[in-house]
Order: sequence, then C-alpha cells, then structure tokens
Amino acid sequence: MRLGDIYGADKMITVGSVQVAGVSYKSIGDPGTEFLEDLASKGATVKVLTYLNPAGMDLKDWKELGIPKDFAKNQLRIIDAFGKMGILITSTCTPYLAGNIPRFKEHIAWSESSAVSYSNSVLGARTNREGGPSALAAAICGVTANYGLHLWENRQPTVKIKVDADLIFNSDYGALGWYVGKQVKNKIPYFSGIKKADKDQLKTLGAAMAASGAVALYHIENITPEADLVETKGLEIIDVGKKEIKETYAKLNTGKHPDIVILGCPHASLREISIIAKKLEGKNLKKPVWICTSRTVKEAAQREGYNEIITRAGGNIVADTCMVVSPIEKMGYKTTGVNSGKAANYLPGFCKQEVYFANIDDLLEEQQ
Amino acid sequence: MKGRSISPGKAEGEAIVSSEPIGFYGGIDIKTAVVIEKGHPLEGKKVTDKILVFPFGKGSTVGSYVIYGLKKNNVAPRGIINKETETIVATGVILAGIPCIDQVDIRKIKNGDIIVLDADHGYCEIKK
Repeated sequence: MRLGDIYGADKMITVGSVQVAGVSYKSIGDPGTEFLEDLASKGATVKVLTYLNPAGMDLKDWKELGIPKDFAKNQLRIIDAFGKMGILITSTCTPYLAGNIPRFKEHIAWSESSAVSYSNSVLGARTNREGGPSALAAAICGVTANYGLHLWENRQPTVKIKVDADLIFNSDYGALGWYVGKQVKNKIPYFSGIKKADKDQLKTLGAAMAASGAVALYHIENITPEADLVETKGLEIIDVGKKEIKETYAKLNTGKHPDIVILGCPHASLREISIIAKKLEGKNLKKPVWICTSRTVKEAAQREGYNEIITRAGGNIVADTCMVVSPIEKMGYKTTGVNSGKAANYLPGFCKQEVYFANIDDLLEEQQ
Repeated sequence: MKGRSISPGKAEGEAIVSSEPIGFYGGIDIKTAVVIEKGHPLEGKKVTDKILVFPFGKGSTVGSYVIYGLKKNNVAPRGIINKETETIVATGVILAGIPCIDQVDIRKIKNGDIIVLDADHGYCEIKK
C-alpha cells in the first residue's frame, strides 16, 4: 500500500494474476527464507492465480544433477512455504509458456524482469516491474496500486532504436537486447528495422534488455501489439548496426571452451527444445548440455520423444531451475556456454563463471 | 536538498556514488555487501554503513530480497538516495527499514561527502 502512496496512485486495482520471483535459496538466502516461512506460518494465502519463478534446483531430479544436500534442504523449505500460501509450484520464469497467459490490457502484478517485459510488450498486458515481495503482497491482497505502466500515458516510447543488422540466431536478439538495455537503461524503446521476430526471439530480446538495463516495456514496429497505437514523433534516435552487435558478442565473451553449455534462459519453449532435439539426434556429447525449462514444457517434450533424443545424445532437460539461480559454481564448473544475453549478464558476477556467448550451433559443436 | 520520502528514518554517513544504475541481484553480494557486477563503476567496493547514491535500480526483480538480506546480515548501507526509486528498490528499502529518498539531483553529491539524510521529511544535506 505504501508503494501506491509514494507513486501517487489514485486507487488500487484488481489483478488477474501474479508471478512471484525470489525463489532460489541461492538468491534470497536465510533472510528471505525466514521471511517467507514467517508469512506462511501466519496463514497468509493468495487470492489470485499465482505462479512461481524457478527454484535453485530441479525439484525432482536434484540428486542426479549433483545439487549439494544442504542447499536442497533449504530450497525445499522455501518451496514448502510458497505451497502453504497457495502458490502454484510452477517454478518457471516463462509462465506464459506454462498456462498463464494474460490477455491484452489485463492488469497483472508480475515480478521476474523477463516475464514483466514479455507480458507488457508481447502480450500487451499491464504490469510494473514488481519486486519479489511486492508481487507476493499483490497476490495476498489480490490488488495492486494503479500507477506506472498500468496507465496508458506511461506506456509511450521514450527512445527510438533503428536496427540495421541481420538477426539470424536467437543469440543475435540476445546481443541486441543486451546492448540496447545498457544504452537506454529504464527508458521505453521503440524498435524499427526488425523485419521478423518469433516469440522465442522476443523472449530473449526482452530478457536481455531487462537484465543489462531496467526495460519493462518495448515496442517493435509491425510486430508488438501496442506499436501501432503509440506516439513515436520527436524521439531521440539510437542506431544499432552490425558493428554494435559484433562488439556486444565480444564483450559478453569472457571465456572459451565451456565446461558446460546451458540453454533455456528464459526457460525454453517446446519449439526451442524440438530444434535442439533435431540438432542432437544421433550425436554423442562429450561435455554436458543442459536445457532449462518448466516442468510443464519438459513433460510435453517427453511426450514428443524429444527428451529421449536429447538424453541419448548425453544432454539433460532440467526442469524448475536455471543456470543463474542454481549453485553451478559449487559444482565444479568454471566456464559456461550460453546463447542468452540475460544469462551472459549474470553468470560472471553472481555465479563466478567465465562465459562463452555464442549461437546454438557453435555451442553444441563445442560439446561434441 | 528536498526530495520525496520512499522509506522513513534518519541516517548520517559517507556517500558512495554510482553514476550507473545498480542491479542488487547479481550486482551486490548479499553477505559481504561488495559490488560484484563486472565492469560496474563500484565493482569491488563495499556499501556497508554508507549512504548509497545511484540514479535508479536495474535488472532482476529479486533485488528487493537482496536489499532486505543486506540489512538482516548487518551489512546494509545506512541510507539510499536516488534520482528515481523504482518499485524493486522501494520494496526492498521499505521491507528492510532503510531510510530512502528520491527525486534528488544526485550529481551534486560526490564520493566521500558526509550526508545527513532525513527520509521522514524527504530531505538530505551535504555536510562535507
């Protein structure tokens, strides 16, 4: 409620759903764990559909993946507290790929910066960048304060990005996003010159901008739903060409020859997994490849036979978690290969990893 | 300088100033309060007991928990001053009880300045 007062909200509004971030024990530590257990023990429960962000481990196969036991114990305490509050243990940063798809103009209260970006920009739903605890408060109350991106006048672009580069691989969109996020910080970019972008590419573009900057909403000419509705006259223009994309690849690359390749940041879609399965069919991996996704998408991948193909090649589809929030630095890995601008942003500082940032073909080639 | 109160309380301390935004999650170590983001202007510096001055937050929405954790681990900054405090930092400082104000011209504050922060009244003063 205090947030509403600060930001001059005229009223509280009902939210359609909530996404709660701050789930991994590695991220929130003992203080966060105790805070959540305290809330749960006081009987707090959620009033609206509430999904959960990734945990620090695969909640089913954590032993096989070598997760340290004391870490697992604390992680399960956190999951238990969320469960008691009535939150669905979806453990994914892509709720929109696991059954929670807000409609155009729907007010929601989501945390998870990449999901905030996707729901605002690709779906046209309306949310601020909620912090983990403020999203939780919105879930318990069923409402949020009416300010910021809930209001149409605040959804107008504040900078124009003219793109003149061929974007082929998803990692190209990740590099573009990382560069633009660094440049525009908390502005609302309006892109022109992006000729095509599927939803997986929009997912990685938005995630990178929300990690290197604080971009909660972007528009792309002829692609995103609000792009035709907003005012673009008189904006500052930033040009991004091949040179900037190439320099970003160089900047994000701090290591070579990865010990492990981890894909699925944000969590992989069924389409991304199907593409990886096709590339790995009949192959023999010498070094580990993880594909992070939600339990929902992993089960769909199992049904389609993708899981079997990937496992036979020596890879793993890892559910409920990701490379950033799991304790990979304690599992002996020093260099991680990724195709995600967001992962490349967080791995060096938070996970003490050197990063090999490349497109999916180069990454899989490295591990064979 | 007059600003807007985000989280109440009073504090006095030495300013540590970042011209770049801060992403607390992955940017500051929750146990040591040392800035760990590679290439950040404050990389390697410790924010404990300082008045932390930066334009606004960026990055992960888990940042609120990091701010709360810094306080619980007794390594938090004494106060925070922003150009614009967004929801993630606001949630963190309110939960942690760290005095915080925004809408201040932070360019006037230099590293090492002694700052008197009165977040109850949305006010701060450079004592030098």
